[in-house]
Amino acid sequence: MGITEIRERQFNEIDKKVLEQIDLLIKNSKMPIMRDLKTNNPLWVDVRELTQRFMIPIGRIYKFFDQLSKGKIIGTKCPKCGSIYFPPQDDCTKCRVSGLDVIELSGEGELLTYTVITVKPVSFMHYQDYIVGIARLKEGINILAWVNEKLEDIQVGMKVKVNVVRREPEGYFTYELRKV
Amino acid sequence: MTDVAIVGTGHSKFGNRTDVNLQELTWEAVKQALEESNLDQKDIDTFVVGNAGGWSSESLSAIVIGEYCNLAPKGTMRVEAACATGSAALRIAYQAIKAGEAKIAMVIGVEQMHQSPNPVAVEMMGRAGNYFWEFENFGLTFPGYYALYATRRMAKFGMKEEDLGQIAIKNHYYGSFNPYAMFQKQIKMDEYIKSRVVAYPLKIYDACPITDGAAALILASEEVAKKITDSPVWIVSQGFKSGTANLSKRDDFISIDVARLAAEEAYKKAKVDFDEAWKYFDVAEAHDCFTIAEIMAYEDLGFAKRGEGHLLAREEQTYVGGRIPVNVDGGLKAKGHPIGATGVSMAVSITRQLLHRAAKGTQADIKKGMGIAHNVGGTGHYAYVTIFSLKKPSA
Ligand SMILES: [Zn+2]
Repeated sequence: MGITEIRERQFNEIDKKVLEQIDLLIKNSKMPIMRDLKTNNPLWVDVRELTQRFMIPIGRIYKFFDQLSKGKIIGTKCPKCGSIYFPPQDDCTKCRVSGLDVIELSGEGELLTYTVITVKPVSFMHYQDYIVGIARLKEGINILAWVNEKLEDIQVGMKVKVNVVRREPEGYFTYELRKV
Repeated sequence: MTDVAIVGTGHSKFGNRTDVNLQELTWEAVKQALEESNLDQKDIDTFVVGNAGGWSSESLSAIVIGEYCNLAPKGTMRVEAACATGSAALRIAYQAIKAGEAKIAMVIGVEQMHQSPNPVAVEMMGRAGNYFWEFENFGLTFPGYYALYATRRMAKFGMKEEDLGQIAIKNHYYGSFNPYAMFQKQIKMDEYIKSRVVAYPLKIYDACPITDGAAALILASEEVAKKITDSPVWIVSQGFKSGTANLSKRDDFISIDVARLAAEEAYKKAKVDFDEAWKYFDVAEAHDCFTIAEIMAYEDLGFAKRGEGHLLAREEQTYVGGRIPVNVDGGLKAKGHPIGATGVSMAVSITRQLLHRAAKGTQADIKKGMGIAHNVGGTGHYAYVTIFSLKKPSA
């Protein structure tokens, strides 16, 4: 299932109902005005819609995505002060050096903490409840990702590994944490 | 430089305010503050609007509010510091008076979150961390961010669910006496334990609600304050710091580091000893967007040792009569958390406490004449700690 199909399904579930409701309101009261269910207060239902989809520049760290598609997780390292950056960035703003070195991360670490998201944002509604964790890698940096394990198998302090996977049902590359 | 005093306070009813729009809601607080201080709009040199924005239809809220509240053409701006927006607005007005640019300044905080449907609100709050690396890819929600702290602390310090429940029970208890609070119903431990999980281990009763509300303050220079009122409440100091957007860039998940740094800054100016901080204050407001946040606040403010915040809750030391009463207006948990209004509301609560004007059943004993407000933005993105006193700071 691709983005189109997922979006359409969500659109049908949420937006379509609202639009039909606005049509009905206008038909009945000649204006897009509804009554609050609890208080009966009149509410004007916005007939203008704002949807946003951002275009986020990733040129400076494109090497991360290039490597990810090859199954590797990289960070960047400052040749001057040795700082390791994850999420990767191409500027060491401590010593004002740009064009940092690429280092492949071990992906091995320890789970610092986790949570299970049961009340999900709209744009994540099509997933099952997911576990988000933060692990500290050997390199001393932290990484946040979904933990793809059963809840009862997860403990703070357990050894984990970063895995490159496809995010389904959309099918694009991302990374997750797995128990070692 | 002049000292700065609070000479007027205003507070709307917090809740699901579908009976008013954003500017009408704001007017409730503005009108109250003007009446309390016996001032007219023409006396206000400048007004600062704390409004995180994005929830309601008006995007240039300061202007819409200025027009409706008859404050134009005085100079204004909208200020944003996430959930600490109200404290940031206070800071701007405070600085304007300190610098001699204004003699009387109004601080307005407002948010009307119910203009956005609930699922959109969940989405918007989740996007308030680091957008790309933490939301776009992994869908963290706002309770999720704080849940990561709770899980870590349970594993590390033996904190229990019931310890978090103590915070919820206390704040609902005091909220039941506060006529401005969104929730005025007390809760019991079994209701807390049974409430629905939103982000393990946090439940509905660990979380503050989505709220509409407004609050206002009128600040004045020393010279003007003395003419207006014989009961000014002085702003002694304010510490403010910033943290990382990426939650994963925090060191350990047991403390909101920026809040501790902000407290240290405020304490230094006020000559408060961090390790015995609770001895200096009669009452405190702590940012309890989630119960776990209040527990960490106890430690970040020096009211409890690191790792022992939950014990302070377990021993009920933060009720009136305990070591230090915290959030006796119901806190964000029961009073509600209209993002931009929260910091201003905290200042209103402390001012009214110090002046013995708190709601019946919520008044703390005022012996030292000092109160403190701890206001965190995001999940430790911003922190503002403000100290208030009945005594003029430079006296
Ligand atoms: Zn460097």
